[in-house]
Amino acid sequence: MLLYFPQSVTEKPIVYHLVKDYNLIINIFRAKVTPEEYGYLVLDVTGTEEDIKKGMAFVETCDVKINEADKGVSWDSSKCTHCGNCITHCPTHALYIADQKTRRVDFDSSLCVECLSCIGNCPFDACSTIF
Amino acid sequence: MKTYEEINSKIESKKAVVLTAEEIIDYVEKKGLEAAADEVDVVTTATFGPMCSSGCFLNFGHSKPKIRITEAWLDDVAVYCGIAAVDMYLGATQLRHNDPANMYYPGEFRFGGGHVIEKLVAGEKLQLFALSYGTDDYPKREIRTWFDINDLNQAIMVNPRNCYQNYNVAINCSDKPIYTYLGLLKPEMKNLTYCSAGQLSPLLNDPMYETIGIGTRVWLAGAQGHVYAEGTQHTSVCSRTPNQVPTEGAGTLALTGNMKEMNPEYVRGLSLVGYGVSLSLGIGIPIPILTPELLKHTTVRDRDIKAQVIDYSSDYPNKTGKVICQVSYEELRSGEIRINGRQVEVGSLSSYAKAHEIACLLRDEIKRGEFLLSQPIRKLPIGQPMKSLEIRGKNQ
Repeated sequence: MLLYFPQSVTEKPIVYHLVKDYNLIINIFRAKVTPEEYGYLVLDVTGTEEDIKKGMAFVETCDVKINEADKGVSWDSSKCTHCGNCITHCPTHALYIADQKTRRVDFDSSLCVECLSCIGNCPFDACSTIF
Repeated sequence: MKTYEEINSKIESKKAVVLTAEEIIDYVEKKGLEAAADEVDVVTTATFGPMCSSGCFLNFGHSKPKIRITEAWLDDVAVYCGIAAVDMYLGATQLRHNDPANMYYPGEFRFGGGHVIEKLVAGEKLQLFALSYGTDDYPKREIRTWFDINDLNQAIMVNPRNCYQNYNVAINCSDKPIYTYLGLLKPEMKNLTYCSAGQLSPLLNDPMYETIGIGTRVWLAGAQGHVYAEGTQHTSVCSRTPNQVPTEGAGTLALTGNMKEMNPEYVRGLSLVGYGVSLSLGIGIPIPILTPELLKHTTVRDRDIKAQVIDYSSDYPNKTGKVICQVSYEELRSGEIRINGRQVEVGSLSSYAKAHEIACLLRDEIKRGEFLLSQPIRKLPIGQPMKSLEIRGKNQ
């Protein structure tokens, strides 16, 4: 999940409220929240459906834009040559050999924790980050 | 026994039996060697990986007024101009002007010669900046202009060393990460990198260079090129398994082909953090099945091909010759390997997926009668050892 912060709300402890008031388990992958600038939080949220819904409604009251499906890291299959150099640098196996016979690489974004290790290690610039 | 002429006439009449070096393994197991050798005409091999000793000669034609170019840059990447007026050579590992290299270690090396070659083949526009001292017959002293590959008279890829027969497996035994041409190697042997198409790789399927020689027509990134010489550092004297397959670098090929006929999918610039830039190339080479013995060599499997694991933190840079162990490509492709009691994760810089694609593309081109085989005009040297550079003088 991606949260985009407007310039104005960087001082609000949003994650604190999500944990304390809405009983959510928050795993922050990446964050950049700087005064006077737009910021972002990339996180994984665990909790009951109702708590998540309420929590997100709270987040929206802070003018924070939520993109549930989006991830900060993407993999461009047209740039990938399927060399497999990334495999040992991806700690969660989000990048993996999809087919042992053809040895093609694939990316499961749901496993990505945005450690960014793939970004510098892909020789063909197939992995990129939006931030 | 078949001849090149017989095989080519079958190809021309679209009746040639062609299999990839992967398909042939099961085929021979099922049919038996002799029967398969009668039936099969060609086995296609292929590889895709970084090949640093690659580059191209370009000719721009003459401007009005003329310039005899002495220095030039393509998209800020320097080319060699110590040849005729508007000829130049662009090398794959050339860095972009002002690249800080490893000044801020590890350097990113985002763009260089390999990327310019990729852009050329993809038909993209590039900037030429050229300088000269000016002469009576070539008065112009500076040019800045835009061009693409179609504006050039010639764009001929000329690669002094491609298709290494086999390759080292790199590991890092030190306690610090190291940045190499085989990628980032984590400390304490946490990962290793290999770089070969194994059972699909051209010279591993013709280990004693019986059909691949000077003059052999090759599929060079989609263009029909050929072997123009032995590759640099071609070393036929090396350690080999009983099936004659080398366990170290060994043979290499010098290849050339017309870049205007290439497919950009198989010409890809690459950046290796902390090391530099290079070019990954896709190459396919057909092996004519003239005899059962030649067919037998093409049935080599990943489990029969061994590579040497070498410590790139110390033994490789210091040229000690020490080998940690030998591993097979089957073990490497399993993704994890046990070395000195440790589980080591395996990565690769050579794309088996792309090599497989190329072997199939070449197979289909031959089947359609579009790619004929050529008999070598000269064999690659046998019995050739590798020389070293001796540092002479007081300062060594």
